[in-house]
Amino acid sequence: MKTVSKILDSKVCLITGASRGIGKAIAERFAQEGAIVYANAREEGSLDTWATSCAKEHNTVVIPLYFDVTDANLAKQAIIKIKKEQQRIDILVNNAGLVSYELLAMTNVEKLREMFEVNVIAMIQLMQLAARIMTRQKNGSIINISSIVGVQGVKGQLSYSATKGAVNALTKSAAKELASDNIRVNAIAPGMVETERFKKVFDEKFSHRIEDIAMGRLAKPEEIANACVFLGSDLSTYISGQILGVDGSTNF
Amino acid sequence: MNNIEKYNNIFASVFNVNVEVLNSDFNIESVDNWDSITQLTLVTELEDEFDIMFDTEDILEFKSYDKGKGIIGKYDIAL
Repeated sequence: MKTVSKILDSKVCLITGASRGIGKAIAERFAQEGAIVYANAREEGSLDTWATSCAKEHNTVVIPLYFDVTDANLAKQAIIKIKKEQQRIDILVNNAGLVSYELLAMTNVEKLREMFEVNVIAMIQLMQLAARIMTRQKNGSIINISSIVGVQGVKGQLSYSATKGAVNALTKSAAKELASDNIRVNAIAPGMVETERFKKVFDEKFSHRIEDIAMGRLAKPEEIANACVFLGSDLSTYISGQILGVDGSTNF
Repeated sequence: MNNIEKYNNIFASVFNVNVEVLNSDFNIESVDNWDSITQLTLVTELEDEFDIMFDTEDILEFKSYDKGKGIIGKYDIAL
């Protein structure tokens, strides 16, 4: 019987914010490519049924990990669990994040702090933890989910774009610091993505923005996941410190 | 080898010194080659030896031979 090679075969991955949208699509694509997937969500039990069926469908291992990414202790326990079970972590996908839409004058500082806590501080803490395992392996790929608004900026999303700008900067710095240990760090900057949640917001508030997308359509979550597969795989072993736009040529 | 011998040997290896010089005065101020690189190497070696994972705060505070003993104790390793 002919066997089909899978480009993430047996790679051990942690994907945060995997309960829906882009994160869920990444987890499913990784499983499809043979990865051993640790899928994170906050709500206890929320991934159980999906994980069982996803693992069965793709003949791999999909393990839910329930923790709030802003809880440093729980994040550490999650990393220890993966290390104990698999002895390694090959890919970290920092996807968990908050999003908001408001003008500068309407920016609530407490919400801004909370957004930085989730989108930036928690991301750095997970990178710290995963990098300590990857340094020992002398191998690893960290993929941070950014946004096109972190590169271009956009009217009406100052807080969110500020956090994603920080994601881009920390990605480039970490790439330089970890390169000597053969750990690659990249970010993916999606444009507007047709997740269930965003599609609703888009239809209500931003449908005119379709004009900003040269390709004339929203991205499918799977198209963001495909870019993650590439950056997590050995097809990208010489790529680090990059902010990869997956935006259908969007220009705000 | 008991735990204190393991602890001392790792210090001696990382800082390239004899175990006899390890005492309360052995710290980041008094040891020329104690920098962030050797500190992280020390932490990694100790984590591997004792099968633990330090909190980030503990890594930052690990700045002396004595302080390290206290930190190791937090992880139920008796020295």
